[in-house]
Amino acid sequence: MESASEPPVNAEPQGGELVRRHALATRLWHWTNALSILVMLMSGLMILNAHPRLYWGHFGSEHDPAWLVLAPLEDTAFPGWMTIPSHYSLADARLWHFAFAWLLVLAFTGYLVWGLLRGHIAKRLHITRAEWSPRHILHDIVEHAQLRFPTGAAALNYNVLQKIAYGGVLFVLLPAMIVTGLAMSPALDAAWPWLIDLFGGRQTARSIHFIAATGLVLFFLVHMAMVVLAGPINEVRSMITGWYRLPKEKEPRA
Amino acid sequence: MIITRRKALQWGAVGTGGLLLSGCDALNDSPSFKGAIAGVGRLHELTQRAIIGDSLAREFTEADMSPVFKANGSLMVADPAYRSMLANGFAQWALTVDGLVHRPLSLPLTALQAMPQRSQITRHDCVEGWSAIGKWQGPQLGAILSSAGLMPGARYVVFHCADKLEGKPYYESIDLVEAFHPQTILAWRMNDAPLTEPHGAPIRLRTERQLGYKQAKYIMRIELRDSLAGLYGGKGGFWEDNRGYQWWAGI
Repeated sequence: MESASEPPVNAEPQGGELVRRHALATRLWHWTNALSILVMLMSGLMILNAHPRLYWGHFGSEHDPAWLVLAPLEDTAFPGWMTIPSHYSLADARLWHFAFAWLLVLAFTGYLVWGLLRGHIAKRLHITRAEWSPRHILHDIVEHAQLRFPTGAAALNYNVLQKIAYGGVLFVLLPAMIVTGLAMSPALDAAWPWLIDLFGGRQTARSIHFIAATGLVLFFLVHMAMVVLAGPINEVRSMITGWYRLPKEKEPRA
Repeated sequence: MIITRRKALQWGAVGTGGLLLSGCDALNDSPSFKGAIAGVGRLHELTQRAIIGDSLAREFTEADMSPVFKANGSLMVADPAYRSMLANGFAQWALTVDGLVHRPLSLPLTALQAMPQRSQITRHDCVEGWSAIGKWQGPQLGAILSSAGLMPGARYVVFHCADKLEGKPYYESIDLVEAFHPQTILAWRMNDAPLTEPHGAPIRLRTERQLGYKQAKYIMRIELRDSLAGLYGGKGGFWEDNRGYQWWAGI
């Protein structure tokens, strides 16, 4: 199953052929994630509407200095089209947020365990020393900025910017979301005081929760832009069926 | 009209967004879906119960306290009987403990003050997202319940309060696990001074592993019950009945 889902390494593809791009587990996780993150973002904005200010440290209310004031307390910071539900309801938003949190965490844990045990994540996301070199990264940034994406055999593997983006979501943003989310629970703080020590306060955890969520939104926007630019039909098909048509070489590469 | 790929994508995005929004609101209004996600909410209660055991909420030092402790919910009580007791320093006030107890109690403030006291500096977390750290002092609820003697059927401790919100009496409830938790106290003192009216004079509940809406203020009567059904909206508290907050407030 694993070997069938991996693209052939020695075949020297020229571009134009269909290859197995995404493993079933990756595809399942991707769409589960898409759903749970979208619901949690929108319900999370409603929860933030209840007190649209952020603080550092253990405590914080409107009597304390906030590092971010999104709206006056009597107003809501985010309009109805951005929130679940679209009318103000902190209670309902919490129901949605906490229900989909189970989906997010279970899918995340399942994928992480599968991906690490099978070596899939190491194979796809490991950044080699050569890739870490500033020259290599700069080169990829310039190529992306000029909308020149890898073709042929080079498109078989993720480039270093993709690896940083996907690795960042998997190993930084999602774990930060989950752990800061848990750290906001007064019951869990009693059971696991390290949750609070990790961040230096519940309000800091709440702020990092928001910052990491903003990171996920930025990832989502860039991700959407890249899918559209790289050929949305091919990209979306590969994430549904697993099959990806390697982009053809457009011109001989110098 | 030529439909370009860009146009199609734009329409697709707008259409998906619109469907998603109206779909979410439709789901939100559907009792069966609401029941399902509320059921998952119940899973939090069971999971957290299993995890937290008899752990204590963190206690802070005086240096960690909020300069201003935000008062929220009811800030004053309209009831004339309450107002005259407030004016007299609650000399005529007494806490009723009744329901499924062997010895119903009527405890004046001086009796609560004469009991062994617990003092704790803890973090108060509002469901809205803000937190404040304050110092609380009062007798442990468990000691009061023990002196009243619980009948075998008693499962919930209900706090009946003097304040009304939206014309409805405020009440809250906890189970016996939280009630007998060592940090669960009836605080009559806050930040080294008698409790003020905005913070719930003469006494308020401190149950430190739960959110702020559980910390009932202006407590007049404590009732031991076998069930929350049949009491007001039946969900165990004002916010639970009227706004749909979860009864389990550990998250």
